[in-house]
Amino acid sequence: MDNSFDVIIIGAGVTGCAVARELSRFDCSVLVIEKDEDVCCGTSKANSGIVHAGYDAKPGTLKAKMNIRGNELMPGLCQELDIPFKQIGSLVVCTDEANREGIDDLYARGITNEVPGMKILSAGEVKAIEPNISDDVVCALFAPTAGVICPFRLNIALAECAAQNGVEFKFDTKVTGIRSSGGVWEVDTGDAVYIARAVINAAGCHADDIHNLVSDKKLHITPRRGDYMLLDRSLDGFVKHVIFPQPTKMGKGILVTPTVHGNTIVGPTAVDIESKDEAPVTAEGLVKVQEGAVKNVKGLQLKQVITGFSGLRAHEDGGEFILEEADGCPGFFDCVGIESPGLTACPAIGEYMASLVSEKLALKQKDTWNGICKDVVKPVELPSEEREKLIKEYPEYGRIICRCETITEGEIIDAIRRPLGAKSLDGVKRRTRAGMGRCQGGFCSPRVMDILSRELGVALDSITKSGGNSKIVTGRTKDEG
Amino acid sequence: MKADIVIVGGGPAGLAAAIAAAKEDSNLNILILERDRELGGILNQCIHNGFGLHTFNEELTGPEYAARFEEQLDGLGIRYMLDTMVLDVASSVVTAVNSKEGVFTVDCGAVVLCMGCRERPRGALNIPGLRPAGVFTAGTAQRLVNIEGFMPGKEVVILGSGDIGLIMARRMTLEGAKVKAVCELMPYSGGLKRNIVQCLDDFDIPLLLSHTVIDIKGKERVTSVVIAEVDEKSKPVPGTEQEIACDTLLLSCGLIPENELSRSAGVKINPATNGPVVNESFETSIPGVFACGNVLHVHDLVDYVSEESGRAGRSAARFVKANKAEEGPVINIKNGNGVRYTVPSFVRLNELEDDLVIRFRSGNVYKDSYINVLFDGETKLHRRKQIITPGEMEQVILKKEELSGAPSEILIEITEN
Repeated sequence: MDNSFDVIIIGAGVTGCAVARELSRFDCSVLVIEKDEDVCCGTSKANSGIVHAGYDAKPGTLKAKMNIRGNELMPGLCQELDIPFKQIGSLVVCTDEANREGIDDLYARGITNEVPGMKILSAGEVKAIEPNISDDVVCALFAPTAGVICPFRLNIALAECAAQNGVEFKFDTKVTGIRSSGGVWEVDTGDAVYIARAVINAAGCHADDIHNLVSDKKLHITPRRGDYMLLDRSLDGFVKHVIFPQPTKMGKGILVTPTVHGNTIVGPTAVDIESKDEAPVTAEGLVKVQEGAVKNVKGLQLKQVITGFSGLRAHEDGGEFILEEADGCPGFFDCVGIESPGLTACPAIGEYMASLVSEKLALKQKDTWNGICKDVVKPVELPSEEREKLIKEYPEYGRIICRCETITEGEIIDAIRRPLGAKSLDGVKRRTRAGMGRCQGGFCSPRVMDILSRELGVALDSITKSGGNSKIVTGRTKDEG
Repeated sequence: MKADIVIVGGGPAGLAAAIAAAKEDSNLNILILERDRELGGILNQCIHNGFGLHTFNEELTGPEYAARFEEQLDGLGIRYMLDTMVLDVASSVVTAVNSKEGVFTVDCGAVVLCMGCRERPRGALNIPGLRPAGVFTAGTAQRLVNIEGFMPGKEVVILGSGDIGLIMARRMTLEGAKVKAVCELMPYSGGLKRNIVQCLDDFDIPLLLSHTVIDIKGKERVTSVVIAEVDEKSKPVPGTEQEIACDTLLLSCGLIPENELSRSAGVKINPATNGPVVNESFETSIPGVFACGNVLHVHDLVDYVSEESGRAGRSAARFVKANKAEEGPVINIKNGNGVRYTVPSFVRLNELEDDLVIRFRSGNVYKDSYINVLFDGETKLHRRKQIITPGEMEQVILKKEELSGAPSEILIEITEN
């Protein structure tokens, strides 16, 4: 492999992959370097999965601009990349007469930000569209352009599309040093040095560390942990919109929303922590999530929890997205402080950064570029004749492996074989939902391990949960050893 | 496709129901739909012995017990389809999918639900901590060890004292792993006494009652868990934390009947069992839809599953022939003091076979207590029991003639004297 590229992107989360896809429109060589075994392993995998309307961010900020533009781009992008997305609208609920002004302020902010279609609803109007809303509701800000998305597919699809247009990916590779040398950048990963004309720092919670390797103007990111609870699909329809409390300076508060797959999700908390790599769920966090959830909705069956998880937001001290060429570092571009609404903003960040970089490097658009990328075929979503045809041709699409989510062997094989395919149980899970249901992989994980072992041609005891040393089994039993 | 009776699930319940139905009426066309690659269900991974004491008067392993039933299928003309997942159940049509037939429907006269249960996963237990590899439900670990031939880990802590957890404590020990402790949130064990003796005591594995796991550590693979004592409200007691180095945490914290199909079919569910409400014939709230085994309520002993499923199978066979129940008195069975639930919930006297077996579980531990059966308030049975615990299912058996007076209500209760 030639180690020289036009552009190196550090980080294969939604930001890095969105930039990669946009850059793949241009005639240039791009390498994405990721420290984990797969795309979507950091902040991008553990968040609310919300596409925000854009009334939260302070007018004039990059957060506001990127949110609005991202929201605008999202429906088209989801069409092109086959990403589950439902524009169900959001409600910011006021439950205390004394705070009514806050809703007016938010509305005004949304108007300045040019959020389309917002309305302030009366208590009665809220109850009419959201029957399980708290009886304390005073009014709510309704924004029809908010929605829910599959964050995994968003990230994976952006990467797959970039890859099909020539972007290379290097996983399990950690950047240890970056140097400017003779007009190019040398990116050191310990066992190799890669050369690039431009570097894009999309390293999530580690983006300050990467930035500080090259710039004297230091940045500082605080990992802000958020705990969530995911509830069973049997509660589908309990809430119909993304329901937020009124925001505070720590964020948008604990929301309750259906996911795009029909689960209900509640969370997140917001706790500043030290570690950028470990986000443990805490008992206090789960209590806070539960308390927060029941403030805005009544009768939510929190006992239907199927899993709890927590994620980290990359909160930069300035509280703003930093999307620019770093001071005094020509060709080194930062995407730093990409916390909420980062998921919403990623298509816009991709567009914006690609324009900065392409201008800097005087890149030309390719003649041919394929922006379309289909998801794993899901037999359960096909019309019955098409499903029949598929199973006749590929019988593995008739063999259910994950009972809870009705995921077939065909889907798992596809997830493994496709470009940038799954290499671990979590990789399969994020691409197919096998193991994401109510038994949480209790039944299917041994079978998914079998399929991974067969498809990848590796021993079953080398299969991992999520790469590295996360091996599922430790060796053979006595009889088999 | 057509069948007189479709049996959803080919584990112990489905096998016994199918066989009993075929024996009731040899002309019936019976079809078992099994989602796994072999019949026998979870019995296949239960390679320990202790099965069949009631049914065959001998101790068999799980696969041997299943084989006793499987070998009868051909002779009775019972058909089965493997690797076949049922997608939808209605009273006279079942929709399923497999790799050979694609999505197909079976028109049928009766359905017997035998889907078994699943284990409560980590996520449903709200255990704090990181999410590394090395956290398994006990049944998943059992499958890995006994079917796949792989070890889930070397140093093990088990949370929950359900039977599968106890069995796996012994199994992992025999395979050379070190089981450091079994923690149980409740002040009593969730499993059978005999399993505590044979699987823990015999191997010097400590059972820590009123303990739980409050943290899981390790980024990629489990490196330790933190356990703590809990108070009577199940809240961890500060100062009692203890970190145990281990690479594996097994969970045996309860089984949940798999009633997603039943629910979408509209079957009425008993919140105490998470299984269908059934009558003496194991018929659910939908006529012609029957349920038995662990999908109905979680059992300790497979022998009872077989016995109960036999009744369900015979009832289904009779339903296909008669297509309606005889009119007659209905007796409601009520939970009295200390009784969490009963199966069945009510009895139609004219449909009852020779006797009525009422199975139930207590909500707490009772020592030197009595099980009482009252007919319309009048004590009919007053039986002393040395110990009654939630981990062991209780039963009372009433002869049909004892019920001839047709009480309107049978109450089961536990009292101290």
